Amino acid sequence: MRRASLILIPYLWLLALFLVPFLIVFKISLSDTALSIPPYRPQLDFATGWQEIRDFFGHLDFENFTFLTTDDLYWKAYISSLQIAFFSTIFTLLVGYPIAYGMANAPDHWRPTLMMLVILPFWTSFLIRVYSWIGILSNEGYLNQLLLSIGLISEPLHILNTNTAVYIGIVYTYLPFMILPIYSALERLDTSLLEAAEDLGCSRLTAFWLVTVPLSKNGIIAGCFLVFIPALGEFVIPSLLGGSKTLMIGKVLWEEFFNNRDWPVASAVAVILLLILIVPIILFQRNEQKQREADG
Amino acid sequence: MSEKIFEPWNDPNEKPLIQFQNVTKRFGDFVAIDNQSFDIYAQEFFALLGPSGCGKTTLMRMLAGFEAPTTGEILLAGQNMAPIPPNKRAVNMMFQSYALFPHLSVWENIAFGLKRDKMPKPEIEARVDEMLKLTRLEQFAKRKPHQISGGQRQRVALARSLAKAPKLLLLDEPLGALDAKLRQDTQFELMDIQEKTGTTFVIVTHDQEEAMTVASRVAVMDHGHIVQADTPARIYEMPNSVYVADFIGDVTILKGTASPRDGGYDIHFAEGQPALHAKSDIELSKGAACYLAIRPEKIAISADKPEGVANAVQGKILDIAYLGNISTYHVELPTGQVIKTQTANTRRLSRRSFTWEDQVWLSWTDTAGVLLAG
Repeated sequence: MRRASLILIPYLWLLALFLVPFLIVFKISLSDTALSIPPYRPQLDFATGWQEIRDFFGHLDFENFTFLTTDDLYWKAYISSLQIAFFSTIFTLLVGYPIAYGMANAPDHWRPTLMMLVILPFWTSFLIRVYSWIGILSNEGYLNQLLLSIGLISEPLHILNTNTAVYIGIVYTYLPFMILPIYSALERLDTSLLEAAEDLGCSRLTAFWLVTVPLSKNGIIAGCFLVFIPALGEFVIPSLLGGSKTLMIGKVLWEEFFNNRDWPVASAVAVILLLILIVPIILFQRNEQKQREADG
Repeated sequence: MSEKIFEPWNDPNEKPLIQFQNVTKRFGDFVAIDNQSFDIYAQEFFALLGPSGCGKTTLMRMLAGFEAPTTGEILLAGQNMAPIPPNKRAVNMMFQSYALFPHLSVWENIAFGLKRDKMPKPEIEARVDEMLKLTRLEQFAKRKPHQISGGQRQRVALARSLAKAPKLLLLDEPLGALDAKLRQDTQFELMDIQEKTGTTFVIVTHDQEEAMTVASRVAVMDHGHIVQADTPARIYEMPNSVYVADFIGDVTILKGTASPRDGGYDIHFAEGQPALHAKSDIELSKGAACYLAIRPEKIAISADKPEGVANAVQGKILDIAYLGNISTYHVELPTGQVIKTQTANTRRLSRRSFTWEDQVWLSWTDTAGVLLAG
């Protein structure tokens, strides 16, 4: 009995905070848009009779999902989001791994400080940090000023409002999510394993490929999912740093909701996004589980 | 038996495999190895023995190539090793933690070094199988290191370091993580494998019993110096210093002054006690300070004063340590010194002759003790 109630609490939590909102969004995605408040119908009203509720279910249909397949904007946005999320994950890994490696090999007394420096940006607002990148990347921004003053370029680089700026923003924002799991994997690495590899004939570089990389694999996988999953639905970064050509599903979703006030289509977009995310989330969970088993 | 005894260190024609020539290693201000020169011969089982911090691990890491001597040279088969990185040395090491690769199976762990040498696949397979057979691990080949026991892991580590057939195998406290019973079995196994493969082994240990069991020669180390390097028997029976006598085995050390008599010395060790007599070759002037080191098993214990013995003292039993096969008695002399003696428990415990507070006589011959200069 006690055991059952213990298990019940997290399930109630999930039910209230995930399943119920999801069902509401799913319900809206099956409705039709309308000029009313809220801007869709049919409305579910439990006060009306049994017949009304049956009518309500009769009015729900998959029209909006069919609509998503007719306009190529949507699937292009999905593909483009996947692409941007995928490449920014790769870039974040390329930047994050050396940082994590450096931290794990730093002298013991330096590590807490380095860790602080990685976590520190979280203490300021995410929005402000993304805004400050506008000041760095714009045509009159600090980066162009610097490059112009040292004579490396003669024309300011056009970075802001391009996909490059979106990549920079995503890599910057999600870097700690990549660094921390990799760092924790590398920190646990026994240095005598590298000595053993060298002793058995490896050069430093082969020892890195054959020992360090495989043993930090779980950290790499965890870091990649922690970046890829939120980056896929990212909305703030593409809308602030991206240009008109930057197509990301998060932005489409926002415009659908607030510019077009087409809640049913926006909900359908969100439901599809969720379905796309379920695959990597399940893979991520399995990786975590495997690691727990290996540790246990 | 006409078989030649293995002692290349006594043969002036024998070329040593490894030569340490005035090797010094400093870490900052700390001198880990202080100007040491010694030789290790091919097919030897050489033990570096000493307390932690004595420099034995540093010596081994210099052989492996993880540390370079600050001054001096280490020669392997006549060739200076300093410029050769660890991955190019014909030396392999078995690590204290075993350092098995957790992501690779037992088979892949053993094959790891062979693959680096770009050995053809069938040869690798044959060699790994040979190593698995040697260490009796055939049925564990596919398991990961965390799926086998500590003793099996130890054997995998040994197989992996032997797979490349190194000229020299270094073993860093190889049995430290095993329990006492398994450790004993493994010691004999190690000796067996060393004999079968003919590889030169250098073992680092702080366990004197382990060093004595496995090694052909033991180097006793203290503070960056090799105090004595000799066969286990000579180290035990003929220690060259109080440090070695005290470090190896159980011993009673009596301090006194020497006066020459009859090809040996009388040792006056306490007021009111008869002088002890010991035969010795060492040169001591009359009245010089000296130490007499006597192993407990060389001292006889009796209730009555024994006749016709070189040394006999009377005392009272202070402590008895019953170890099953033997008992150790701590006997206190009226002058305060405590002498340790051991007797084999050939009788059942209930019929033991002596108990606490008994007055007993201790006696030993004039060759039983080792006389050391003070």
